[in-house]
Amino acid sequence: MRYLPLTDPDRREMLAAIGVDSIDALFADVPRAARLDGPVDLPRAMGEIEVERAISGMASRNVAAGSVPFFIGGGAYRHHIPAAVDHLIQRGEFLTSYTPYQPELAQGTLQYLFEFQTQVALLTGMEVANASLYDGATACAEAVMMANRVTRRRKAVLSGAVHPHYREVCETYARFVGFEVAALDPAPGGDEDPTGLVGRDTSCVVVQNPGFFGEIRDYSHLARHCHAAGALLVVVVTEVLSLGAIVPPGEMGADIVAAEGQSLGNALNFGGPHLGLFASRDKFVRQMPGRLAGQTVDADGRRGWVLTLSTREQHIRREKATSNICTNSGLCALAFTIHLALLGETGLTRLARLNHAAAIALAERLERIPDVRVLNQAFFNEFALRLPRPAAAVVDALAERGVLAGIPVSRLYPSWTELAGILLVAATEMTTTEDMDRFDRALREALS
Amino acid sequence: MSDWSRATGARLIGDRAPGELAAPRETITGNRGLQIEENLIFEQGSLGRCGIDLADPPLFRARLGGLERQGPIGLPGLSEPQVVRHFTRLSQKNYAIDSGLYPLGSCTMKHNPRLNEKLARLPGFADIHPLQPVSTVPGALVLIDTLAHWLKTLTGMPAIALSPGAGAHGELCGIMSIRAALEARGERRRSRVLVPESAHGTNPATAAACGYNVDSVSGNLQGRVDIEALRAKLDTDVAALMLTNPNTCGLFENEILEIAAAVHAAGAFFYCDGANFNAIVGRVRPADLGIDCMHLNLHKTFSTPHGGGGPGSGPVALAASLAPYAPLPWLVHGAHGLELVEHKKGKTQQAIGRLKGFHGQMGMFVRALAYMMSHGADGLRQVAEDAVLNANYLRVRLKSDLSLSFPGPCMHEVLFDDCFLRETGITTLDFAKALIDEGYHPMTMYFPLVVHGALLIEPTETESKASLDHFADVLKALASKARLGDTARFHAAPRWTPRRRLDETAAARKPVLRWHPEPIEQQAEQ
Repeated sequence: MRYLPLTDPDRREMLAAIGVDSIDALFADVPRAARLDGPVDLPRAMGEIEVERAISGMASRNVAAGSVPFFIGGGAYRHHIPAAVDHLIQRGEFLTSYTPYQPELAQGTLQYLFEFQTQVALLTGMEVANASLYDGATACAEAVMMANRVTRRRKAVLSGAVHPHYREVCETYARFVGFEVAALDPAPGGDEDPTGLVGRDTSCVVVQNPGFFGEIRDYSHLARHCHAAGALLVVVVTEVLSLGAIVPPGEMGADIVAAEGQSLGNALNFGGPHLGLFASRDKFVRQMPGRLAGQTVDADGRRGWVLTLSTREQHIRREKATSNICTNSGLCALAFTIHLALLGETGLTRLARLNHAAAIALAERLERIPDVRVLNQAFFNEFALRLPRPAAAVVDALAERGVLAGIPVSRLYPSWTELAGILLVAATEMTTTEDMDRFDRALREALS
Repeated sequence: MSDWSRATGARLIGDRAPGELAAPRETITGNRGLQIEENLIFEQGSLGRCGIDLADPPLFRARLGGLERQGPIGLPGLSEPQVVRHFTRLSQKNYAIDSGLYPLGSCTMKHNPRLNEKLARLPGFADIHPLQPVSTVPGALVLIDTLAHWLKTLTGMPAIALSPGAGAHGELCGIMSIRAALEARGERRRSRVLVPESAHGTNPATAAACGYNVDSVSGNLQGRVDIEALRAKLDTDVAALMLTNPNTCGLFENEILEIAAAVHAAGAFFYCDGANFNAIVGRVRPADLGIDCMHLNLHKTFSTPHGGGGPGSGPVALAASLAPYAPLPWLVHGAHGLELVEHKKGKTQQAIGRLKGFHGQMGMFVRALAYMMSHGADGLRQVAEDAVLNANYLRVRLKSDLSLSFPGPCMHEVLFDDCFLRETGITTLDFAKALIDEGYHPMTMYFPLVVHGALLIEPTETESKASLDHFADVLKALASKARLGDTARFHAAPRWTPRRRLDETAAARKPVLRWHPEPIEQQAEQ
């Protein structure tokens, strides 16, 4: 077995040194009834060639986004990942290291986490960010629980523009952790007003910008309303690239930002691993979940980095921790940091403009199709189309024509028949004019 | 005593006067050969530079609703060579499995096969969208189903929940499922979860997050759960026992069948923390131990890379009694082949709901399946055996120099305490830091909490005998130095790392969690 260095003579010699005559003696504590005599009923070991052949075979049955005109977003976006990103994150010193609990041996990881936290704070317009969480959806649930702790209230109001998966994760946590979620109906037009639901028991209002249906809104007024009522404003961002173009949540008065960072540096990966971003205000930092890298000095007085404020965390506080979270998305955070370092201010804003331009071009094309209507007033790189027919069937028909057209909203809201005609469509810097031509043509054919 | 420590004397953190230089560090640059000082990207960049050439956007009229971002964001601009050099230099400040033995007990730092990285990056997995039509991703469903089949066969459990993002998330999934099952039987009143003293911190944190009171169970003198103490606590108020097996002392709970029977007799569920499954994979099926629910850390047993702290993946194996509550989505064998069920309907009506966006950590699933297929049923059994053999070999090589906490064979990790350092003036932390100077990552320290000054060593199966012998020789030599009173070596350690001991107290007292531009008056002074 290529991954196991011990040889049979090694094993015999080691057993002799231990003073037992067989490996079974070392498993003597296992109750006899639970010991398996031989291998379980699964295939035997395979060489690299055979494993590669078998698993590549599975991969080849999937339609990769890059092989077709592709317009799907909905919280996971296909962007270009510069070659340097994947090269650097595969350096073994990053890839095969553990959580940086031994800071003297992990200054590399700690420094990039500090850089990552700074980038996230700058992008979101917030004061402080953590070293990442699992994904945007769990970051959203953690944000609500943090708002509950800060306000000592236990009811969250969720906008109908919050990604339905994020809402569902919040609802699952709510049921078992013990808080309430009042979710507004899905609002494709972006014209809801949650202020009426903010009461004395409200810990936070959760909105998403751009919303799930693509609409961009100014939440400054809502922030003021929340603060007057003693509640926090949580802003979710599922397309972090949008922050290169639009007013960040921090400038609108957000208290917590929970975001999905996949768009920078990370592939679609069929939904995971992705990258949860979490940012807040300095005054709430001790209520934040997850790891934090901080600056300090070493015994020689030189600047260095450590994980800090760990008295919030489970390995120190156990049942009194702010969250049960241990693992973050370290390597995904590294990919994000490298991609954003390559982009810099100029690259990020240009990339954001390219995305916005592509989406506008696409929207202008598609709304010329008879009976097709763009529902958004303002959007970034994704918008909602109302089709004259159920979107799910249209998407299937276009998939057969080799176009991955977008997300039929009915897939996420199966019981909302009035949403059946809505298709979410995204365009990015990867979308070419030819892709748009093919989409346009295929959609006209499917609707005719 | 080394020349260096004789020259400077032992110093603790904070002893050095401001401005005083560390003698061996005196180079003009602060660099030391291959160790190169590296500033933050924010201190290197300039606004106009960019490491990616992008086309000019066409002319367009913005449709941002008047919400265009105003003013600079503050991100530095760097060219590609600057970025590559920056992150390469940072990487060189890290220890990794690729560079040496990484004996962190309970963390399972084993070799990460590169084939797995290659396969996870195939466009057919990396470049597919979670919400593209299911008909366009049949291979992804087959991969997930195959992974589930392997995990179910290895655990003996009938169902597996794949979406949890890491071990602690898996724990949350398990305890939520247990609560849902209890509620379904009308037992809302059970308010306690029993957790042994030796448990990982995530166990009590998870139970508390799900609204349970955590009740600690003491251990016995053999490093296992005290079954009489457990029985005394088991009543109709207990929802579950959360037990790690093999436990965090590196020992198999030899009374586990009796424990399971007692838990079930009380009407409670038996949750197992599967962090240490690597010790028994292919040799013991958790279902045969009476376990109802167990998370698996794919980044431990199944070698997906730790990546400096994630991403992980924490599938949860479920007994038939808990399977109906598994979180969404479900992958089921339907009339037309594999179906992805994303909502509550029919069979999934009792599902606890969704725990994560989309469908789980696909990238980790690919890696874990490649790992399992490479080893096969026979190789996985060998993995467990070699992991246990390696740990026991270190146990006997070290038992007369370090102080073994519990006698007898261990499983995949071996626990020592700090008795061997008594009266030396050297702590477990000092000892571990001295190990760093010798080129090793330390073992897990001060965990589990059940012994004083714990040193928990897990070599894993991917170390050779020569590697173990060298490591044991180093530990023995250090223990000897400690006994002989060479305290300066320990108190001054680590001396050869990019940074010496870091002041964690100062970091927490006045947190600096991000970079800020220097105030203008300070810049003017320079």
